[in-house]
Amino acid sequence: MDSTKKTTGPHITVNNLTMAYGDFIIQKNLNFKVRQGDIFIIMGGSGCGKSTLLRHLVGLKEPAKGEVRYHGTSYWTAELQVQEEIRKQFGVLFQSGALWSSMTLAENVALPLEEYTELKKNDIREIVSLKLALVGLKGFEDYYPSEISGGMQKRAGLARAMALDPEILFFDEPSAGLDPISSRLLDDLILELRDSLGSTVVIVTHELASIFAIGNNSVFLDTDTKTMIAEGDPNMLRENSTDPKVQNFLKRGKA
Amino acid sequence: MPQAQWKIDRSLSENGNLAVRLSGDWNMKDGLPLVPEAIQQIESIGKVRTLSFVCQHLGQWDSGLLNFLIKLEEALHQRHIEMDRSGLPEGVDRLLKLASAVPERKGARRESDQTPFLVQVGNNTIELVQGIKDMVRFLGESVLTFFQLLRGRAKFRRSDFFLILQECGAYALPIVSLISVLIGLILAYVGALQLQQFGAQIYVANLVGLGMAREMGAMMAGIIMAGRTGAAFAAQLGTMTVNEEIDALSTLGISPMEFLVLPRMLAMMLMMPLLCLYADLVGILGGAMVGIGVLDLSFTQYVVQTKGAITLTDFGVGLSKSVMFGVIVALSGCLRGMQCGRSSSAVGLAATSAVVTAIVLIIVTDSLFTIMFNILGI
Repeated sequence: MDSTKKTTGPHITVNNLTMAYGDFIIQKNLNFKVRQGDIFIIMGGSGCGKSTLLRHLVGLKEPAKGEVRYHGTSYWTAELQVQEEIRKQFGVLFQSGALWSSMTLAENVALPLEEYTELKKNDIREIVSLKLALVGLKGFEDYYPSEISGGMQKRAGLARAMALDPEILFFDEPSAGLDPISSRLLDDLILELRDSLGSTVVIVTHELASIFAIGNNSVFLDTDTKTMIAEGDPNMLRENSTDPKVQNFLKRGKA
Repeated sequence: MPQAQWKIDRSLSENGNLAVRLSGDWNMKDGLPLVPEAIQQIESIGKVRTLSFVCQHLGQWDSGLLNFLIKLEEALHQRHIEMDRSGLPEGVDRLLKLASAVPERKGARRESDQTPFLVQVGNNTIELVQGIKDMVRFLGESVLTFFQLLRGRAKFRRSDFFLILQECGAYALPIVSLISVLIGLILAYVGALQLQQFGAQIYVANLVGLGMAREMGAMMAGIIMAGRTGAAFAAQLGTMTVNEEIDALSTLGISPMEFLVLPRMLAMMLMMPLLCLYADLVGILGGAMVGIGVLDLSFTQYVVQTKGAITLTDFGVGLSKSVMFGVIVALSGCLRGMQCGRSSSAVGLAATSAVVTAIVLIIVTDSLFTIMFNILGI
């Protein structure tokens, strides 16, 4: 969470990645780099494997072929301890928040802190309040996820994702199910966090407004050819891409 | 790594400004300076009006620094000292602003209140009464859907019904076989020890036959189904409640009572007597195993003795109970599932509560039946 720890070289490198469920190939030959401090968008039509790619990036699913490197360390060939160290640098916000419903918001945010740090109860409580305040949920510590609205659940999920001051934040469809204003506020929050914390952000989304507003790097997955057909700044892609599919997607079918 | 440090420039400027140097790494895991100590130091300087920061030598920082600054600002505010954030790194300043951007919603924070013991007793009693009312209402509703069914107007999918039938009938056979054969075996052993003393071991057949047919067959089948299928009903309907699937049915004008509860109840009412009959026979077989293996009775002897001991009425008693047990298991499973809250832990509670409700009701009903049959002389 600091701006001095930057190392040169890409933060995440994906080499020749093939994703498959059994024999069924979802995407193949994926090659891209995510730089430190990027807001990296994974985009593409429904069912093209965006969320599956995210599951590969956060270490939930093993690649069928190829590798994923973090600061040059290949995740899947590393030892278990190294894998755990790498995973501790992740913060993940799942599509519907995935808050543990039997715990209050405070307990949800506190769990990673209790598991991975040796902070005292009191300190944890203060950090939890700080994180909830950062996402605009001050005073909601003792609420259960089922007692707050969907947008609030999402923000609480973000507070949990940020609990350990992660270097990389992953978002799966952050604006799904949010009204335009909440979605805009969430975008601003993501930008703010990136700028102040210097974290790298990876977002799966097909919400055009937020793609252009916050993304500065991206990869476009295609369902038919089962591979990526474009990469780079989405704003540049909209202007310069020659691929009709990309144009069609980025201009909402008005290419 | 240099330790987090907090150093005060001793010189207070003319307008009451005090400069503080932050240096080293401010990570929460390494331990940070404490706010009360900092305040003490500041107060020892004299009349301070504003506090500013110099951060040239600040290394890495994380939430620990933010937390420290927020608490510091609060403490300073109480002492009417202003905190000048302009010297802080840009990221820190922005995050502090973000943390205070959304004011705390009034009334959001909850006070933990201690309810007195008597109030708790009262509340629990009211809840209990409410729970019984809910159960009766549910029973009433399911009777009404039965009328719908008789009039041929109940909306549910036949294929669902047959799947449930298979699930709570055929698939339950292995576990029912195992438990019943063991129950028959146990009954036979318990009886054999006593009867052998009089050389009357042949009456083990009567004991096992009557015991299984009138009581144990129906009760064991009921309890097995409560644990197996009742819990499954509750978990299934509970998850459907959590996922708003039940609401989706209601908005389509399809009554969940007809669509979900009715087929389950029908299936249980049909399958339970069959399972009970099966349990009776397997239990008698278990008794026969002891009779033949341990007590030196012949198979024919055992069968003839059993035939003489139990009448069709005895089977009828067991079967009529088992229909009731089927209704109880299906009702409590579906009731708890439909009452389920909207979280994953609520689903677990619903399943537990379904099994407990079903078993308690089965035992209570069974004793009522036994007393009733006794009075009627059946």
